[in-house]
Amino acid sequence: MAIGSYALERLLRWARAKSPWLLHLNAGACCNGCDIELVAALTPFYDVERFGIKLVGSPRHADILAIVGGVNKQMEERVRRIYNQMPEPKVVIAIGTCSVDGGAFNGAYNVVGGVDKIIPVDVYVPGCPPRPEAIIHGVYLALRKLYGGDFLGKKR
Amino acid sequence: MAITILPFGPQHPALAEPEHFRFKVDGEVIVDVEVKIGYLHRGMEKLMSTKTYVQNIYMSERICGICNVAHTTCYVQTVESLAGLEVPKRAQFLRVVVNELARIHSHLLIIGLAAHEVGFETMFMWIWRDRELVMRLMEELTGNRLMSAYNTIGGVRRDVDEKVISALKKACTTLRESFLQIRKVFLEDPLIRTRFVNVGLLKSRDAIARSAVGPVARGSGIKTDVRADDPYQAYKDIPINVVTYKECDSWARMMVRVDEIFECLRLIEEALENLPSGEVRIPVSRKMPEGEAIGRVEAPRGELLYHIISKGGEKPYRIKIRTPTFSNLYPIVATFIGETIADIPVILISIDPCFCCTDRMEFVDVNSGKVWYMSTSEIKRKYWR
Repeated sequence: MAIGSYALERLLRWARAKSPWLLHLNAGACCNGCDIELVAALTPFYDVERFGIKLVGSPRHADILAIVGGVNKQMEERVRRIYNQMPEPKVVIAIGTCSVDGGAFNGAYNVVGGVDKIIPVDVYVPGCPPRPEAIIHGVYLALRKLYGGDFLGKKR
Repeated sequence: MAITILPFGPQHPALAEPEHFRFKVDGEVIVDVEVKIGYLHRGMEKLMSTKTYVQNIYMSERICGICNVAHTTCYVQTVESLAGLEVPKRAQFLRVVVNELARIHSHLLIIGLAAHEVGFETMFMWIWRDRELVMRLMEELTGNRLMSAYNTIGGVRRDVDEKVISALKKACTTLRESFLQIRKVFLEDPLIRTRFVNVGLLKSRDAIARSAVGPVARGSGIKTDVRADDPYQAYKDIPINVVTYKECDSWARMMVRVDEIFECLRLIEEALENLPSGEVRIPVSRKMPEGEAIGRVEAPRGELLYHIISKGGEKPYRIKIRTPTFSNLYPIVATFIGETIADIPVILISIDPCFCCTDRMEFVDVNSGKVWYMSTSEIKRKYWR
């Protein structure tokens, strides 16, 4: 397969859709309730690894940036930097009410607000905290947005 | 050899929450640590003084998602003592049940993460499987998995029926069996023992001098527990046994948590056994009288203290919160010195760090032990790159 050919492109998209790597970032204005619900999605009851979703430690390896919590002033620059470090194609999921619009922390002097004030967000998962099922659904929507429905076994 | 500075965080695979540590290392050995907390600072105390007492139940819950029940218990307890309210006995017993459930889930969480940190993934999965059972019980009892909003000023929000009680009792038996397995692994498994025993030694004398609280102090052989020293709610009626270990290392701190889980199960069973009948909630005025009140509870991580000043009216004048991780960070940071880089996550996890609780006001300079306060513009000037 030649570089840039349609067949290679399809293969790449298929491979990416089957093993999305996820980076978990706490953006500051967060109570870590969503953090542990995200980790709970990895554990035997929900087990997202069966879909190939894997938690990684470095932004340079990640396809999906899962942000929990609203952004505070201390983390603002870090969130932007981590987003820029991620390779294309990338997708951002805002998990929890706080990361959607600031939530309970709106009005605090140190809180900027939702994640979409800093970086573009593709999928919003509301809830305080959202259930692990909702988070998994959010990841699914993000993948659909990235690679199209036919790469996820939708149109078999 | 020249001394190298090893930055750790704010975004780091070993930490769920952003926090920055700067380790000065000589080869593999740590010679000095600097902690820069404040990445999770939200200005909670200021925010809480702009909201009403009822709204603040939700705010105090959102200081920390893991110990949210301890936070609301402490908050409503302080407000109740401010208003001079006597909560119905049934509500007090239900508060004990929900507190102990939350303690089990918090301890399981950190024991699981400790296993994950040393590369024992199977153990992590076992423990989190059991934790999911606890979360489901929590949902059955309170209506939500994490943010229960169960406590309210003057009682609790929901009563329990026979169905929930029998589900809780049945789960206690199931959980006890699987926790015995976990305990056996922590006592005997060579992997766990190599990584945890004699790592991060905190002598009893140092723990007292540096004001350690909760499982960290109990792991150093100090018998301190708010539930026993200054009983609140129904802990007056159900005496607890304080678990202490004399080994003073990371292993002892983890074992305190493992053994406390059994204690929690016993407390839940006893509270359900002796559950008094009656109402669970009394009507409370929205306005509070003038005055000051202090409340303290034993959160999963140690002693939690609320200080509320009221000048009358619907809103508090000032709320000061002292959280356990803030007290535990200073004693534990000294234990890093002399250990190797590979031990950093183990020692850090052994205090069960909860930075959401910690990052509200203070900055600590570990080298001088000085605590000071800063405005946002000062932080900007000093630390923002």
